[in-house]
Amino acid sequence: MNEKMTPAWQEMGLTCQEYDKICEILGREPNYVETGIFAVLWSEHCGYKNSRPVLKKFPTEGKHVLQGPGENAGIVDIGDNQALVFKMESHNHPSAIEPYQGAATGVGGIVRDIFTMGARPIASLNSLRFGDPSDPLVRYLFSGVVAGIAGYGNCLGIPTVGGEIFFHPSFKDNPLVNAMCVGIVDHDQIRRGYAEGTGNLVMVVGARTGRDGIHGCTFASEELSEESEERRPAVQVGDPFMEKLLIEACLEVMKAGYVVGIQDLGAAGLTSSSAEMAGRAGAGMELDISLVPRREEGMTPYEVMLSESQERMLLVLEPQHVEAVKRLFAKWGLEAVVIGKVTGDGIYRIRDGETAVAEIPVKALTESPVNYPEQREPEYYQRLRRWRADDVPEPDNCTDVLWRLLASPNIAGKEWAYSQYDSMVMLNTVVGPGADAALLRIKGTPKGLALTADGNSRYCYLDPYQGGAMAVAEAARNLSCVGAEPLGLTDCLNFGSPEKPEIFWQFTRAVEGMSAACRALSIPVISGNVSFYNETNGEAVYPTPVVGMAGLLPDISKYVTGAFCDPGDEIALLGRFAPTLGAGEYLAFIHGIEAGAVPSLDLEQEKRVQECCRRLVREGLIKSAHDCADGGLAAALAECCIAGKLGADVALPINGRKDNILFGEMQSCIVVSCAPGRLPAVLDNAAAQGVDCRVIGAAGGDRLLMRGAADRGVLIDMPVEEMEKVWRGSIASFF
Amino acid sequence: MKFGVVVFPGSNCDADCYHVIDQVLEHPVTYIWHQEKKLSGVDCVIIPGGFSYGDYLRTGAIARFAPVMDEVIRFAERGGLILGICNGFQILLEAGLLPGAVLRNESLQFRCHDVFLRVENAATPFTNRYRQGEVIRFPIAHGEGNYYADPDSIKQMDENGQIVFRYCLENGESAAQANPNGAVGNIAGVCNKNGNIMGLMPHPERCCEEILGNTDGILLFSSLLQWWGFPDQKRVTA
Amino acid sequence: MFEARIHVMLKKVILDPQGKAVKNGLLAMGYDCVDDLRVGKYLVLTLNTADRAKADREVREMCDRLLSNPVIEEYNYDLQEVAP
Repeated sequence: MNEKMTPAWQEMGLTCQEYDKICEILGREPNYVETGIFAVLWSEHCGYKNSRPVLKKFPTEGKHVLQGPGENAGIVDIGDNQALVFKMESHNHPSAIEPYQGAATGVGGIVRDIFTMGARPIASLNSLRFGDPSDPLVRYLFSGVVAGIAGYGNCLGIPTVGGEIFFHPSFKDNPLVNAMCVGIVDHDQIRRGYAEGTGNLVMVVGARTGRDGIHGCTFASEELSEESEERRPAVQVGDPFMEKLLIEACLEVMKAGYVVGIQDLGAAGLTSSSAEMAGRAGAGMELDISLVPRREEGMTPYEVMLSESQERMLLVLEPQHVEAVKRLFAKWGLEAVVIGKVTGDGIYRIRDGETAVAEIPVKALTESPVNYPEQREPEYYQRLRRWRADDVPEPDNCTDVLWRLLASPNIAGKEWAYSQYDSMVMLNTVVGPGADAALLRIKGTPKGLALTADGNSRYCYLDPYQGGAMAVAEAARNLSCVGAEPLGLTDCLNFGSPEKPEIFWQFTRAVEGMSAACRALSIPVISGNVSFYNETNGEAVYPTPVVGMAGLLPDISKYVTGAFCDPGDEIALLGRFAPTLGAGEYLAFIHGIEAGAVPSLDLEQEKRVQECCRRLVREGLIKSAHDCADGGLAAALAECCIAGKLGADVALPINGRKDNILFGEMQSCIVVSCAPGRLPAVLDNAAAQGVDCRVIGAAGGDRLLMRGAADRGVLIDMPVEEMEKVWRGSIASFF
Repeated sequence: MKFGVVVFPGSNCDADCYHVIDQVLEHPVTYIWHQEKKLSGVDCVIIPGGFSYGDYLRTGAIARFAPVMDEVIRFAERGGLILGICNGFQILLEAGLLPGAVLRNESLQFRCHDVFLRVENAATPFTNRYRQGEVIRFPIAHGEGNYYADPDSIKQMDENGQIVFRYCLENGESAAQANPNGAVGNIAGVCNKNGNIMGLMPHPERCCEEILGNTDGILLFSSLLQWWGFPDQKRVTA
Repeated sequence: MFEARIHVMLKKVILDPQGKAVKNGLLAMGYDCVDDLRVGKYLVLTLNTADRAKADREVREMCDRLLSNPVIEEYNYDLQEVAP
């Protein structure tokens, strides 16, 4: 055999230019460990080398923002000396390889990002994407991911209160698993990942270090292929009990005032956490990795530095507190070991006992070079936009279509998944999973906290700019539907390979669309994560920016859900009713067509509709609110009926193709209901804010009846009880 | 009446139980750390839900050997009131303070949702404010709540009134589809022969406040007060 | 030094949902001669003693007290002398 040897740096994913740059910085060639350190910190996953310039487009400031992007998580003020800490992160590749552990450790990682800021985690959400659930492999991934989220989150005692699931063939082998965690903290308890104070000590606490997950982060920065199937050992195994101990112990140590800086060991393990902490503080760091407690014998310095063993934290503290901190961790049965110190020379120095292992300027590690990948509008974009509905036959029996849509995995109830999550522990959950937004009380205050996670992969594929804007608008609308005002958002940007110009175009356009919506609705981006290389054998997933959003309700006793409440209540549409067949679930599921222009979104109009909805909720004028989304007005009304176990009788507001009016999708339109006596006030309010509001019928009875405008007869007639059976039973029927 | 909530490192409903006693019931309550060897003079011990020591071997198996459990067992022998909820119930079963054992849910899935329960014995210290046969709604949240005891034991327990709650339909009927985990005889909660120890899989502490949408659980806690001699509970909302 | 290999199984009279699920999986894959399947636990532990009687006594005790629950489970084990 005379095979050409690939140099180590190339195997580790560095480019030729990057390697030259490293040699230039060091004034010499890096050794093996140093090369590994550069490779992980300059990878897209840690260093955001491709996405950074694009992410600068996001607005990140606002009156509530206490901490924007760049820390372990973002922070917004919620008044009363309290703040909300939140972030969302992807764990797509690990979940594709080993769904249970991949999802479980995804939850573990994001929870650590929250409590490392000093916050008590109070809620989890998730956004998931899978292929067609009739495929057994997809069901294996789906059930494994759900069980993993449940297995980890339930053990921690953090309620999983919401999220979304979407199925599409493009996610068949590369599911998306985006986990969000939200914590609450008093302002004076906020901690950050700063390695400050020359002479302060660096401590590693929690689980021992093993060989698991080495290269997890370069793994996340490449496409999945048959080879990656064989890399199973790279996936880490989570220990939620250990994490629970870590949460309690770390919060106790922080509360006692012993912590100068703290960060979890996530992607690229000890390497990224220590370098980032030193980088933020402009300090240097010296570590002796022979002191790191190990789970396995014979680990090399390289392995110790890059291990992604879970449930570990890095602490910086003043020397006089070491013993007290050790005692505190011992109370929780945890190891805490000093492994180094903060230095003032800006150098990242690693020793293994007396042997020097690495010596690199911190700045060089944390300020990775930036790429400006080429971008190109994909061929499909204009072609699919031009699609017209003329060739699609209008259905004869719309009731039958609605039956099928309610059973569509994307519209059907997701109870099969979320009833596996403990959604109630901590006694804050006022509205749990399955609603537009989850609602939590904030104990000791009259306030409520609304949370949601949203994205629309199909819209983003057909129009990344509008799709990105709609992800933000819809998340905000979901919060507004319960009556909450959005405070800030976190995002997970899931795309294919940035090295493909068409993919990078999708990415850039989506971020631009999101940014436009953020500005129009005054919602800053406070944290986030980019996941590229979501591809299998060269095929990218549908571009999927997911938005996690938090909002505040001043008085939690005044909230509404989507459920119709009482017979006789008036049902109205708030916002402009302008459905379109393009890009919708009806077209995809019933006709197998994914094409057409996405619904139009007027951000000014959106803003007014949302403000109006929030006001109507807060003033107690409406009893329910639910936005028209997948499956259009018919699906929205069906969901309101199912949630309220109450029928409705409505007449369609306009004429035209009946499938378009019933199932066509739109933005900025909310189904609301109110007591008849409140209707004049509701209409006045809407008119005063320049928002369309049109009564379409009333709640009551045990069937959903939808009549055509101008005597076109009954188009839909369904018993609510039967609808509920179909809608609730659909996902479970795959198993 | 003074309550103590036992805290294992993996307990995660400890703060919830504490909150209900302190904020809703408005009675004194204290945490009892699993390493402690004293119960600090409490009148009722609550063993809360969670994953005690990770529960990797069997739920509650290791917890029952915790230092605090010796004292809990002595307290039980003296007739002290002990309430085990979810993981707390599992620990009481492992400790032999209650008869039977739990297996994994028949679905093999963790389940979190509301269930309906029929009060089978309204004469215990834990249920005296309910009506015999009353149907109530409690949430469950467990992966291993599939109660099992051999047929002879079940028969005996039945005769002794030790079966306190059974899963049922909203109208009170026993039915397989009302059983969330496969428990034998739809059993959701049992007590010892003496009646001073009760364990149940559902979570009464999760349904004690209006804002959370359900107050069916508060009568369980006020039953304890009634038993202890506080007949006029201002918050009783029967 | 002894090594104990312990099998803990649900008692025969007790329904084993996990075993049932695995069995159904195998049947679905076409292994239609699968008759019965039960899932148990397998524990391997080493004991630092040269006294076989003591090792045997302690393993039995550990099984009775912690490693199995006699209400639902039964166990068996074998004990082998191994090089330290």
